[in-house]
Amino acid sequence: MTDKATIDRARRANAAPIYLDYQATTPTDPRVVAAMLPYFTEKFGNPHSTSHRFGREAAEAVEQARGEVAALIGAEPREIVFTSGATESNNAAIKGAVRFLRDERRAERDHLVTVETEHKCVLETCRQLEREGFSVTILPVGSDGLLDLDRLAAAIGPRTALVSVMAANNEIGVIQPLATIGALCRARGALFHSDAAQAVGKIPLDVKDMQIDLLSLSGHKLYGPKGIGALYVRRRPRVRLLPLIDGGGQERGFRSGTLPTPLCVGIGRACAIAQAEMATESASLGELRWRFFTALRSRIPGTRLNGSAEHRLAGNLSVAFEGVDADALLEACQTVAASTGSACSSASVEPSYVLRALGLDEATARSSLRLCLGRFTTAAEIDFAVDALAAAVGRLRGSSQGMKMAASGAT
Amino acid sequence: MAGSRLSYLDYNATAPVRPAVAAAVAEALTLAGNPSSVHRAGRAARRAVEAARAEVAAFVGASESEIVFVSGGSEANHLALRGSNRPRILVSAIEHDSILAAVPGAEIVPVDPSGTIDLEALAERLAADDRPALVSVMLANNETGIIQPIVAVADIVHARGALLHCDAVQAAGKLRLDRTRLGADLISLSAHKLGGPPGVGALVVAADATLTPLQAGGGQERGRRAGTENVPGIVGFGRACTLAAEGLAAYGRLADLRDHAERQLLALAPAARVFGALSPRLANTLCITMPGVPAATQVMALDLAGVMVSAGAACSSGKVRPSHVLRAMGATPDEAASAIRISLGWDSDDADIEHLVEAWSTLYARAGRAVAASAA
Repeated sequence: MTDKATIDRARRANAAPIYLDYQATTPTDPRVVAAMLPYFTEKFGNPHSTSHRFGREAAEAVEQARGEVAALIGAEPREIVFTSGATESNNAAIKGAVRFLRDERRAERDHLVTVETEHKCVLETCRQLEREGFSVTILPVGSDGLLDLDRLAAAIGPRTALVSVMAANNEIGVIQPLATIGALCRARGALFHSDAAQAVGKIPLDVKDMQIDLLSLSGHKLYGPKGIGALYVRRRPRVRLLPLIDGGGQERGFRSGTLPTPLCVGIGRACAIAQAEMATESASLGELRWRFFTALRSRIPGTRLNGSAEHRLAGNLSVAFEGVDADALLEACQTVAASTGSACSSASVEPSYVLRALGLDEATARSSLRLCLGRFTTAAEIDFAVDALAAAVGRLRGSSQGMKMAASGAT
Repeated sequence: MAGSRLSYLDYNATAPVRPAVAAAVAEALTLAGNPSSVHRAGRAARRAVEAARAEVAAFVGASESEIVFVSGGSEANHLALRGSNRPRILVSAIEHDSILAAVPGAEIVPVDPSGTIDLEALAERLAADDRPALVSVMLANNETGIIQPIVAVADIVHARGALLHCDAVQAAGKLRLDRTRLGADLISLSAHKLGGPPGVGALVVAADATLTPLQAGGGQERGRRAGTENVPGIVGFGRACTLAAEGLAAYGRLADLRDHAERQLLALAPAARVFGALSPRLANTLCITMPGVPAATQVMALDLAGVMVSAGAACSSGKVRPSHVLRAMGATPDEAASAIRISLGWDSDDADIEHLVEAWSTLYARAGRAVAASAA
């Protein structure tokens, strides 16, 4: 067995798979890693130890990073609170804001509005708050994944404390109309929180123009490190929160705990790079993505796109391959690293609730792959992935065809 | 001034990352996967996290399933106290701010003038109310280094059916940690205090303890802490635990350095007070007053001389407040206001101590004598 095809196959199987899972996590940009490394060793000070030079050096680095994060979303540096990631940011924003209104303001606003396709950490947070006595309205989306603005307007009432709508979806990449939602919330006196973990650094965002009060972002979704995120908290008009983590009083009391300087530097650098390169990067990614989709559709009959084609992150594809079990496809196509949904629920046997929310039947949801391109994806990788996926789908359809024939032969 | 030499003696605020840890973190920063992803990149990240979990578990004598990775000591403390769902929380008076602030209605258990928790008061308070309780007592104090009698505390706490949480953030890497011997049900750890990277820590949760997560979301950490794992941080934390355990045998060397510094400073200023001098104390920590000289003045002057120490805890953005720890031990406001914390670590040496003594001596000759003269 030394023929060239076998060797080629073996070589491909041993090479690192083509990474098409940029929405689960992005590789840390080497420029970001380089910026971070000195802060583990020679510049290791505690940024809160401002009584000595190592501490001040670390504090300066943290403040520079805060400015870089703020600039990317049109905020002021003082409006940025560092957290351990988007999950913490979402929990801190939603719980912190509505509990403050209840406990400190005694406000008669005990209602939250969110959307079916939100990330699990937003939906779980809302469920926790429901058990605390808040009421929650979860709005559906259309088959394109977009929120129906009339339904949103109808859902926001005088008791609505907060509306949480993600900027871009983690599975289907669909981008919600944030500015319109922001205006609606502001007009009705409800706070507007947006989980922008997937959108920051991918599409232009401006918290002032979009009238966003609270915005969550994550380092490792924008080529920064894991273990760090940020929460934008509006200052004018001021948004108040009960902190999730209290104590030392760091981050102006919004979030206690020693700030991890190298991680702050990393997310700052990642934001600065995104700000400089976002426009060109998303244009070329968008092109590559459509080339990918066009090739998949022409090579694999029964391929369809889930969610809006127009309002979509440049790097995202969510694709259903008719009659193919997506888990089996990933298994059969180990040279492509992709996923069937969000990473958190990778081990789950349930079909994606996001895809079900678009109205897809269970079979179509189960036949869908999330294929996400990113900064380091090349055209050659895409060509390879098309070949690999087409071959794997062919094998699976062939064998299921064979099984059907065998089954029908047996009866 | 001792030329351009810099002596870092603020290890209790944060420690430099050990070189081998930094190398492990740098390598792990190139792991692209999300540990929850099932593809090869994800599985590689998962393996790295689980290998580190085994290192942390071994470090505290727990099983791997009992380790919950979090973002650091403050989060670990909050998760323990807020997540325990116990209607009564008792904490010692010298706990870290992140414990004191975690549960507003917590009952405070006093310490005696030696800085040790009052065991009788603890027993009485526990006996006074039958509601399920959680008691939180730190293993070693961050400002004074004073070590608490956790084994005795655990006996009292468990005799009353209560749970014991132990904030071991400052003790880890400086004392041998054995969860079973300590008898704590929950233990907080922080990586950056023991030569690991900042931004990661763990809560050790006994297998039979239930916990409500602080942050809801994906089911990471067996449903006890949602959020994508900080893979490089966790890898570095694991490495640091293993290296710290290996370094424990040599840790006594720091006590020699510290005791030498303490003797020299007391010889210069016999009226200086050392907090915890007669108590079991971490080998690396010296909390000492310079009579009449405000701590803020001391840390600034020492910094100008290239010696980095702190006035109490590093937390609240440089603000120097009279320490609640020293006040709880019966220190006068003046004493508390003139105490600084000198803390050594794995990279400290004789030259650092000489540097400290020289700078302290110069300052005391200038500021301390002026105070003594004006008082006379």
